[in-house]
Amino acid sequence: MYAQMIKTARAGIKTRDEMSDLERDFQDKIDRDIKIEPRDWMPDDYRATLIRQIGQHAHSEVVGQLPEGNWITRAPTLERKAILLAKVQDEAGHGLYLYSAAETLGESRDELTRLLHEGKMKYSSIFNYPTLNWADMGAVGWLVDGAAIVNQVALQRTSYGPYARAMVRICKEESFHARQGYHAMMKMAFGTPEQKAMAQSALDRLWFPSIMMFGPSDAESTHSEQSMAWKIKVKSNDELRQQYIDQTVPQIEYLGLDLPDPSLKWNEETGHYDYGEPDWSEFFDVIKGNGPCNVDRLRNRVKAWEDGAWVRDGLMAHARKKAAAKVAAQ
Amino acid sequence: MTQVDQNALTQFLLRLGDNTLVLGHRVSEWCGHSPVLEEDIALANTALDLIGQTQLWLGLAAEVKGNDSSADKLAFLRDAWDFRNVLLVELPNGDFGQTLMRQFLFDAWQSIMLGRLIKSSDPRIAAIAEKVSKEVTYHVERSSGTVVGLGDGTDESHARMQVALDYLYPYVGEMFLSDDTDAAMVQAGIAPDPSSLRAEYDALVGKVMAEATLVIPDRAYTHKGGRTGYMHTEHLGHILTSMQWLQRTYPGAEW
Ligand SMILES: [Fe+2]
Ligand SMILES: [Fe+2]
Repeated sequence: MYAQMIKTARAGIKTRDEMSDLERDFQDKIDRDIKIEPRDWMPDDYRATLIRQIGQHAHSEVVGQLPEGNWITRAPTLERKAILLAKVQDEAGHGLYLYSAAETLGESRDELTRLLHEGKMKYSSIFNYPTLNWADMGAVGWLVDGAAIVNQVALQRTSYGPYARAMVRICKEESFHARQGYHAMMKMAFGTPEQKAMAQSALDRLWFPSIMMFGPSDAESTHSEQSMAWKIKVKSNDELRQQYIDQTVPQIEYLGLDLPDPSLKWNEETGHYDYGEPDWSEFFDVIKGNGPCNVDRLRNRVKAWEDGAWVRDGLMAHARKKAAAKVAAQ
Repeated sequence: MTQVDQNALTQFLLRLGDNTLVLGHRVSEWCGHSPVLEEDIALANTALDLIGQTQLWLGLAAEVKGNDSSADKLAFLRDAWDFRNVLLVELPNGDFGQTLMRQFLFDAWQSIMLGRLIKSSDPRIAAIAEKVSKEVTYHVERSSGTVVGLGDGTDESHARMQVALDYLYPYVGEMFLSDDTDAAMVQAGIAPDPSSLRAEYDALVGKVMAEATLVIPDRAYTHKGGRTGYMHTEHLGHILTSMQWLQRTYPGAEW
């Protein structure tokens, strides 16, 4: 997901007896689905876990500008260019809301940015894959935003109020992106043979990385339990992945593209699609920084930040001068 | 409406549409690379507005031109010599300061031009001008604000903005040159003589540069050749190479 493999700041769950009074009240609130708000008391580990998750989510939106930004200057029509620009602009906006949500927990955007740039925080593994042909722009909207929605619709019920509310706002835009992406994909899949080949290539390359966005299977996911109890996480990785696959396979069939995984088959008994396991060693490689684009993506962000230092300093200096002049005039 | 030579009208519309297309392309190159997240958003928004304006201007140019022309065909299937944008908008982004200085120098001209085009005798042009003038007013507020902030910021930002102004200013004059196309527009009441915008432009730019503590170069020469198509810079060909690549490689495909 946009936030993957979030280490809960605590291992294991405390029993009610082990909790302090404050902790018990806090857990009761969560159990009764009362949202936690910034001024409410919260366990330090809850705060730390949320900062990691929201921060990683924000970074994903920001870094996510790059693979799509890669095609803006080559978009094939004015309308496609406008749609792509609007989408990338939305993603940057999502980054902004999420950094603001993290700020309500006492963590500044500058600090989170520093951690990202120093490699101490991550962003979603999906953005470490390259976008190689125009159909990738359709496929990213359809598959990547589509996967994000599945997770984020669940997160609208997350226990931290500002995060839940940010999700509601963001989900509306993500749904729009996914629809537009699928529409672009239809044009490609139903277009010339070359366009169809681009569509197939995009699907084949992005399928497994997309289903890996939900993180490793529940059996291997060690950090989920406490996050589930705190309702930072609302559904398990496997549940979300299955939901996503079930909704996406018929869409692939409608496009008339070959299934990207030969194991994808409807299972009458379970009422779900069976699917092949992604190559998790690849996932862990990408998470560790060894994906196809990790180094370049991060370098680009760091370069943008460093090259922009004089701009930020200049504008701050001007704002201080103006403030001083205003005081002097009073 | 006075009868106007349709070729001249097409040329005039291409000038407007190519300016916004090429500048929109340049601004969009910043996506994901700007100094702060708010600027990523603002630059994407500016590029988006410019591409939207391009659809309107080139759409009308295609309508006037006829022969199943379209905004997309004009954008993606003409070669460099048929482009009619001023040279200013095809210049490279340089640093953020150069990009914003270029933006302001263009926004200032465009905001004044649109104010006149709202009164165009051609209702289609008047309607487009009316429609986009609000966003252009916002662009000029933003770009002038940034030019002032960086010009009157730190020593470094001041120095960089002065370098940007010195580099770009010789391209400003082209926006105010007049030729037969302009004369035909003036005669038909479609558009003002470009030179008639200069005083207002100088006043606006002068005020902003004074506030930005920047010095306008007093060189008299001006680079030209974009709006006539006689001689673009070397940069345009590279812009078109990426912009038109898909349309050129897969002719006739629908996207
Ligand atoms: Fe997003
Ligand atoms: Fe999105």
